[in-house]
Amino acid sequence: MRSDLTTALGPLTLANPVVLASGTCGFGLELVPYLDLKRLGALTVKSLTLEPWPGNPPPRLAETPAGLLNAIGLENPGVSYFLEEIWPVLRRQGVPVIASVAGRTPQEYAAVAERLGEAEGLAALEVNISCPNVREGGALFGSRPETAAAVVAAVRRRTRLPLLVKLAPMVTDLAAVARAAVEAGADALSLVNTLPGMAIDLTRRRPYLGNVVGGLSGPAIKPVALRLVWEVAGALPGVPLLGMGGISSAADALEFILAGARAVGIGTATLINPGAALAVLEGLEDYCRQNGITRLAELVGAARGGA
Amino acid sequence: MAGPIKVPVVSQQALGGQVYHLVLAAPEVAAAAVPGQFLHLRVGEGHDPLLRRPLSICEADREEGTVALLYQVRGRGTAWLAGRRAGERLDVLGPLGRGFPAPPRDGPCFLVGGGLGVAPLLFLATALHRGGIPVVFLAGAESAAGLYRLSTLTARGIAPAVATVDGSAGYRGPVTELLARYLRPQAAAALYACGPREMLREVARLGARAETPTFVSLEEVMACGTGLCRGCAVPVRGGRTRYERVCAEGPVFPAERVAWDAL
Repeated sequence: MRSDLTTALGPLTLANPVVLASGTCGFGLELVPYLDLKRLGALTVKSLTLEPWPGNPPPRLAETPAGLLNAIGLENPGVSYFLEEIWPVLRRQGVPVIASVAGRTPQEYAAVAERLGEAEGLAALEVNISCPNVREGGALFGSRPETAAAVVAAVRRRTRLPLLVKLAPMVTDLAAVARAAVEAGADALSLVNTLPGMAIDLTRRRPYLGNVVGGLSGPAIKPVALRLVWEVAGALPGVPLLGMGGISSAADALEFILAGARAVGIGTATLINPGAALAVLEGLEDYCRQNGITRLAELVGAARGGA
Repeated sequence: MAGPIKVPVVSQQALGGQVYHLVLAAPEVAAAAVPGQFLHLRVGEGHDPLLRRPLSICEADREEGTVALLYQVRGRGTAWLAGRRAGERLDVLGPLGRGFPAPPRDGPCFLVGGGLGVAPLLFLATALHRGGIPVVFLAGAESAAGLYRLSTLTARGIAPAVATVDGSAGYRGPVTELLARYLRPQAAAALYACGPREMLREVARLGARAETPTFVSLEEVMACGTGLCRGCAVPVRGGRTRYERVCAEGPVFPAERVAWDAL
């Protein structure tokens, strides 16, 4: 018997909870040689801005214990290029696509969101208020409830698409930011983005990354991300959560689901194995089959034991 | 689907100076690989080290179904790799990246390798030679001990010219001085190079001066190797700041495309 893996992030229904996380799957098309995109719950493209952004000077990456520091700086070809060159091909891949939105000001976020209304068939938007690698916008908006609400409200006024908001982990009171985002119109929350971090090159005695600081991802951050999902799930019961941060196996994904995530984002794992998300999906299917679980959604938040 | 595959180690040979020559049995890779492409290898079983390591393919033998890699132990990942023995299986992704383009005009091809940068050029020299194209191979290193695998060239009848900084083999001085002596204006069909950045910068300058189509293989810290993360960016020319990916648009770039002043 096949288990039911369907899940819902507010108005966005997914065939299964496995979602490719923004920034680690390009625009999806790069992965076509490696996996059948149609099998995924959804994919989230790299954050789009109103104009093309060049990104940060190299080096942009540093490997750390069980982790990866990146400072890409939201390099992207701009929303117009996406609409004209990428979307016509991407929409034919048969996978729900979530478009990540970024900008320097709430108005820029809103303008990108409005342009994305032209992408017929787009599944949802994800508002990135949590990138640690840009000087303006990004995590600055995600660090306080008022600024988060300002961006989300501006975007909400310009789109009817399901709206996810991606939260930054290094915040004094993440539940407060999460609540503000929901009150401003978010249908679901993605958490978490990378943790701010850095590395220093002993040879040059200088910061390793061209941008000095970067965002830490990978297995190293999984316990931190899991605890934040747990906290927000507890503070905002009923708000759909897309949990992510260091997930590289079905076991990792199950931990996030048990903590309260209705879907899981696969990020850095895809950079090591382009088919990682499918391995997670197949692992979830196996787990359900072996444990007699007919609906995976029954496990969402089950670790709370009703508490 | 062409995902990562597990391939057995045929042999692993220490060449001195912490440099190793690793041969893998991978017929599908050997059949698909073109000179300049790389393999992306897991260098451990668990999450640490986390990332794959990109290594240039230095030989591909379609008849034997093998590919060879040349690498130096620089950290924990490559140290782990150096510990693998014949029969053990490695997790490899590839061949990845864009290789060296065919020479755009007739004439001899100049290949300039610095240190381990000879790796992709050994593969290229073999392929050009097999295609009947004359090859002038210049190899440079700090000393004679830093010249690797040049015997594969002499076995094919290509006599490499050698330069060492300390003069322990061949010309005394940087290999680019040798190139400056040999490369005549418009005489070469193409100039191909791989090695340290400062060497490549000088090769690009000499190639432009001699009006010779020049292609360089660049290195940058890499994560995915498949164009997903945009981590391995190098600056390229064209008005405002612009980057291209070593793994996807490269690792081989036309020299005039690279923004050398920003690199």
